[in-house]
Parts: sequence; structure tokens; C-alpha cells
Amino acid sequence: MVALFACMVLLLIGFYAVVTKRNIIRIIIGFSLVEYAVNLFFALVGFKRNGIPPIITELGQSRSNFVDPVPQALVLTAIVIGLATTALMLVLAMRIYEKYRTFDITEIRRLKG
Amino acid sequence: MASAFLIPLLAKLWQRSADLIANAAGAILLGISTYGAVYLFTVSPALTYRMGGWASTLGITLVYDHLTALVALAVNTIGLAALLFSVRYLDRYTGRWKFFSLFMLVLAGLNGVTITGDIFNMFVFIEISAISSYALVAFGTDFDELEAGFKYMVIGEIGGTAILLAIAMLYAKASTLNMAVVSQVMAGFGRTPLFWFIVATFLVGFAVKMAMVPFHAWLPDAHPSAPAPVSALLSGVFIKVLGVYAMSRVMFNVFGLSRANAAGFFNLLLAFGVISIIAGGLLAYAQKDYKRLLAYSSISQVGYILIGLGIGNYWSIVGALFHILAHALGKGLLFLASGSVEYATGTRDMDKLSGLEKNMPVTAWSHLLGSLSLAGVPPFAGFFSKLFIIVGAVAARMYWLAVLAALFSTVTLAYLVNVVNRVFFNRKEREATSAREVPASMSLAVLALVVLTIALGIGFKPVLDRLVGPAANVLLQGLGYAQGVLGR
Repeated sequence: MVALFACMVLLLIGFYAVVTKRNIIRIIIGFSLVEYAVNLFFALVGFKRNGIPPIITELGQSRSNFVDPVPQALVLTAIVIGLATTALMLVLAMRIYEKYRTFDITEIRRLKG
Repeated sequence: MASAFLIPLLAKLWQRSADLIANAAGAILLGISTYGAVYLFTVSPALTYRMGGWASTLGITLVYDHLTALVALAVNTIGLAALLFSVRYLDRYTGRWKFFSLFMLVLAGLNGVTITGDIFNMFVFIEISAISSYALVAFGTDFDELEAGFKYMVIGEIGGTAILLAIAMLYAKASTLNMAVVSQVMAGFGRTPLFWFIVATFLVGFAVKMAMVPFHAWLPDAHPSAPAPVSALLSGVFIKVLGVYAMSRVMFNVFGLSRANAAGFFNLLLAFGVISIIAGGLLAYAQKDYKRLLAYSSISQVGYILIGLGIGNYWSIVGALFHILAHALGKGLLFLASGSVEYATGTRDMDKLSGLEKNMPVTAWSHLLGSLSLAGVPPFAGFFSKLFIIVGAVAARMYWLAVLAALFSTVTLAYLVNVVNRVFFNRKEREATSAREVPASMSLAVLALVVLTIALGIGFKPVLDRLVGPAANVLLQGLGYAQGVLGR
């Protein structure tokens, strides 16, 4: 239970970073925090008290105590998606730096209205 | 249906012949979705396909029902038109094959979102097309494009993450990802605060994707900066498939919300829709950049679709769905035409353009017809969609809404015709900007969309009965979706 709340706190911290920071890199880091928080939350969904990892080590083993493996698989997918996203964001940030010579978002503001 | 989106993935090439493969794949996609639509109303109400033969609760099921058919047709038509258009338009850009593979990825993602019956799969496809579109928006790597791309990316990804969060919570309660089974679980769930929290999180996520006010901030920067065929795809299709379709699928079919049992939610949709219409319409009027104006217009039109969904009765939903089609065609057409202008003259500033009709008659007239359709002038497609929405509003006794919708149609007409006039026809004050008519393939794409708009308008009755009506029923039957899918 505490872990779930902690996830939400992490999410809010990340969101705060995205919304308030001026440096593009800090915004990207904030977004990564949001990403981690959601993935963590998702993985925790499968948690079971006194559960064991969902790996079959011998035939005929009792499986009732396995932690739910589906969220783990889904989180894996989500992490990969997050990777692609972060990579693209960083590339865009790099290109922006080449053009604008700054990472400060208050100066990268040619599109208005 | 399953192979419909594998083809584009295979079309990622590293040779000069990328255009050919891309166009061929686009044509195949359109063929398959037309076939699918026809199949649906002649043979059976819904098609399902279980990937890998896994049973419903374990594996991913693909579902092709009427709503899917409608959206798939819209997606693939605009996709093909944009592809055809890009063949020559891309002469101005480098990295040609990259454009096409990214474009194919976006199309693959959009088709995937439409067909899937599994909620996490839907998220994956949403992200696929979203990430590819971020790259496409920034394709020109000029100042504007990079800035717009980055903004779009951050805001869009926050939306995507919100969707993921909502899916996580949904899974926690339902223990399955198959949308049909989830909806059965949800039927017995009750309207606890947790339920509403999940709904709200989903709504936020989808609202970002469909540029509902106040989550629309990315759209006026991203759509103009993207290369024209991408803008056409984004504005005409993307925000609707990812935003409106995904939201409707989740809200109506999975959660089983309807006017009867969740009036508050629908009123919320109505409110946001109204704000979008007003804000988008008024801001559009003030724009100088041609494509930015079209972008604000998209925000406004999405607002129309939202109020159509928000009113919640048969006619308004029919109107909303019809408007998805009409707006996809019309806006796609307008963005492609704007691309033609940009290709020929190199600028998007309306103060600098004038009197183009003399030199670019095809583009000028197509643009005019597209504008008329979007503004809701009969006999074009846009007229019927707005008509249905207004009929629905009156049927639900929301007269003020009907008046508002009609009023803002005139505003739409005003700013669109203003554009046409200034850019194409007005020759009094200054010299006509010198330009040549664009190459045939680009004009062909634009003309094809014009023809479709007119055809959709004049021939709306069969389309209504066979395509849009059943789609609306799919949404209205809400939880009945599950029976349809699982009963096979």
C-alpha cells in the first residue's frame, strides 16, 4: 500500500519537474521520472504477499503463490516504449541546441499565438 | 485483417524505391479496409481473430466491427492520399526513405489501434504511431519544426503515460486485458470513486491526444510545422483515431457509460466540446499563418465531434461519426492543398500570398470546395454531419447547443472563406504571387479527396445506413460489445 502511494508521489515530483523547469534536459529527466513511476505502479499491481517469482523450477510445482507475471511482461513493453521516447526527446533536444544554442525553454519560443 | 498492418512494417526500406512500396502498401491497406467494410454489412456483424489461437482472456484478440470499419476507411483513405501527395512534395526535403518508413509506422499504428480488442495492445499502437509522428513533425529540422516537435512530444507523451496509468489501474481490477472481458467485469463493478478516477485518467490521456481544450496547446505548433502530408494525416485522422475513437471505444464499450447511467460524464464532454468549438473557432480567425489557422480549425471541429458524442443519442452520435469522416476528408484535403501552396510559393504567411487562382486553379478550387464542406454547406459532406449533430441536439432538447453549433458553423465558414479569398482570389491590392501549378500527382491526391467529399455529401444515405448507423449502434450498445466479441 505504501509502495503505491510512493509511486504517486514520484509521479507528482516528475510532473512538477516537467511543468516548472526551464532547462530542456531537466524537463526530459522529469518526464523520465513520470515514466518510471507509472511503470513501477504497473509492476506493483501484480504483487502478492508472500508470493514467489513466477518461474517454474520443477515439474508439478504448486503455482498458486506466484506473483502475477502479466504486469511484468507489460511493464517490459512499456519500458522499451519509454526508451524509444526518451531517445527521441534527447535527439530533439540536441538538434534544438544546435539551432538555438541554448537549452532554456523561455528562449526557444518562436511559435506564438 | 491481421496482416493489414504487417505489410507497412515490412515496407521499411533503405533504397530509393521507398515511395513505390509505400504507395503500394497504402493502396493495399485501403483495399483491405474497403473489403472489410463491405464484408461487414453483407456477411456478419463482427469479425474477430485471435492472435496465435490463445483463448480470449489470455491472448490478444483483433476485432473488426462496424465502428472499426468506419475508422479504418477514414484512416486508409487519407493515408493513401497523403502518400500519393508526398511523392513530389518530398522533393524539398532530404532523407526521403526515412519519411516513408516513419509514415508507414504511423499508418501501421493507426490501423492497429482501430483493429485491436486488447487494451494494452491499443496503448502500444498508440505509442507506435505517436512516437513516429513526433519524429515526422520535426522532420524538416528547422527552428519551428524542432520546437514544435519537442513541445508536441512532451505533452503527447504525458498523455500517453496517463493512458498507461489508467490501463494499469484497470488491469489491477479486471485481471485481463481483453477489452470485451474487461467490459464484462466492469458491468458488475459499480460506480465507486476508483471507477471515476480511472475514467478521469483515461479522459486526460485521450484529451491530450485529441487536442481537447485545454489540452490542445501542442496542436497549433505541431500541425503547421509538419510536412504537409503529415499535417493532413495528423489533423484529419490521427487526433481522431487516437483521441476520439480510442476514447469512445473505452468509454462506451468497455466502461459501458451512456447518457442514462453517467450523465455527468457526458455533460463534461459537452462542456469541453463547446469550449473547443469556441476557442478553436475564434482563435482561428486571428491567424496569419495559413496552416496554423487550419490547425485551430481542427480543434474546433473536434469540439463538434465531442458534443456529438456528449449528447449521446443516436442522431448526434451518427453526426459525430459522420463528421469524423467528413472532417478527415475535408481537412486532409485542405492541408494537402496548403502543402501545394507551400510547395509552389515557399511561404505560409497569408499576408504575402494573394491572387493565386490565376496560376493554380486546381488547388484554388479544391481548396474552396473543401472549405465549403467543412463549413457545412450543402450538398457537401460536412453539411450532413453538422445537420445530424444539430438534430440530435434538438432531439435531446438542448436547443441552445443546436443554436451554438449552427452559429459556429458560420464562424467556420467565415474564416475558411476568408483564407480562400485572400490567398487565391483577391487580386485587387497587389500583384498576384508568382507560382506555378503543382505537379500532377499532388493535384491528383487533392482532387481525389474533393471528389470523395462531394460523393459523401450527395450519397450520404447509403453511407448512413450501411456504415455510420451500425457504427453508432456499436457505440450505443455499450456493454453489448462483449457479447459480440466473445460469442464468436
